[in-house]
Amino acid sequence: MAKPKVATASLAGCFGCHMSILDIDERILKLIELVDFDKSPIDDIKKFTGRCAIGLIEGGCANEENVHVLQEFREHCDILISVGDCAINGDIPALRNNIPLKECLEEAYLNGPSVYNPEKTIPNDKELPLCLDRVYPCHEVVKIDYFLPGCPANAEIIWQALVALLNNKPLDLPYEIIKYD
Amino acid sequence: MSDQITFTIDGVEVKAKPGQTIMQAADDAGIYIPRLCYHPELTAHGSCRVCTVIVNGKPQTACTQPAAEGMIVENDTPELLEHRRNLVDMLFVEGNHLCMFCERSGNCELQAMAYRLGILAPKYPYFYPDKPVDSTHKDIFLELNRCILCGRCVNASKDVDGKGVFDFVGRSIDKKIAVNSDKNLKDTTMAVTDKAAQVCPVGSINKKGTAFKIPYGSDIEHKK
Repeated sequence: MAKPKVATASLAGCFGCHMSILDIDERILKLIELVDFDKSPIDDIKKFTGRCAIGLIEGGCANEENVHVLQEFREHCDILISVGDCAINGDIPALRNNIPLKECLEEAYLNGPSVYNPEKTIPNDKELPLCLDRVYPCHEVVKIDYFLPGCPANAEIIWQALVALLNNKPLDLPYEIIKYD
Repeated sequence: MSDQITFTIDGVEVKAKPGQTIMQAADDAGIYIPRLCYHPELTAHGSCRVCTVIVNGKPQTACTQPAAEGMIVENDTPELLEHRRNLVDMLFVEGNHLCMFCERSGNCELQAMAYRLGILAPKYPYFYPDKPVDSTHKDIFLELNRCILCGRCVNASKDVDGKGVFDFVGRSIDKKIAVNSDKNLKDTTMAVTDKAAQVCPVGSINKKGTAFKIPYGSDIEHKK
């Protein structure tokens, strides 16, 4: 029987939660026995090759590309998991959420104390994904099945969740490994 | 006979002295009722509703309800766990509670309660409110993004410090903590030694120069 597939993505995140996946240390060898990685920055596969059992999402949705990737993950994954605080509540990127987008862009590209921009332009190339009005938690964009908090989500909570879900066990996370920081 | 009250919490017999609340009697008996705004040294405020228990079939806050002879109290039930989770979920979405860079993370009563209740993510949409920070005082800064309106600073300043530095203004979702000054915290009589500076359960009233003194991993939460 073919191994179940796992896909991962980092949206508006810092890749810290992906570092946490690697932080499971030597258990990564066991993980490779359990699963194949599909679309993921870990193996650099850019496009889904088929149906995946589990999708791990790091980061919230800050621009239209994040939304497209997230929707694509929802289509291809049986179980979709928000990994880390950015996916769950936006975290640091969401600090802009109570400042209008126009003001954020003007501060970043025109008015900031260290900005050098003699043309006074705000990047608007059509290749650049458009920023959303604010940063959205993943579960406000698509249905999310499970949440693994933490900044980053720690290796233990990711490992225990993957092992439980891949073995069709309920996600019964011990008190000690649930952390928001 | 009259100097002792007997009642039950989840079927366990508990003795209380006259005048004690359900919370005080439960604490003396070693039974934990979850709570957030309650502080044993301050007047009970009954505002957070996390300590809600079912008394003879009706919901009551354990921190304000006096114990009475023969009352039947339910505390640790699946329904009340769900009720408490909902309340804590609402507190998380109504403020900007970003534990990741909060000075109080690991030593925060809201965070500890969410851990205790096993909350992985709030079920409600986030508000991302625009709340001010007042860092004008030389020893204290006030971070209203994290305020849960527990009322501890209000009662401590009024009843213990005799100053009335803090009070509530506004109603419902517009309710907030205000300081007793036309301007900022520095223009009040607030001192860092005040009781009001010691009782904040979250990272709203902070002493300057004390943040991150305890290394990550050796704070209260990580030592458990």
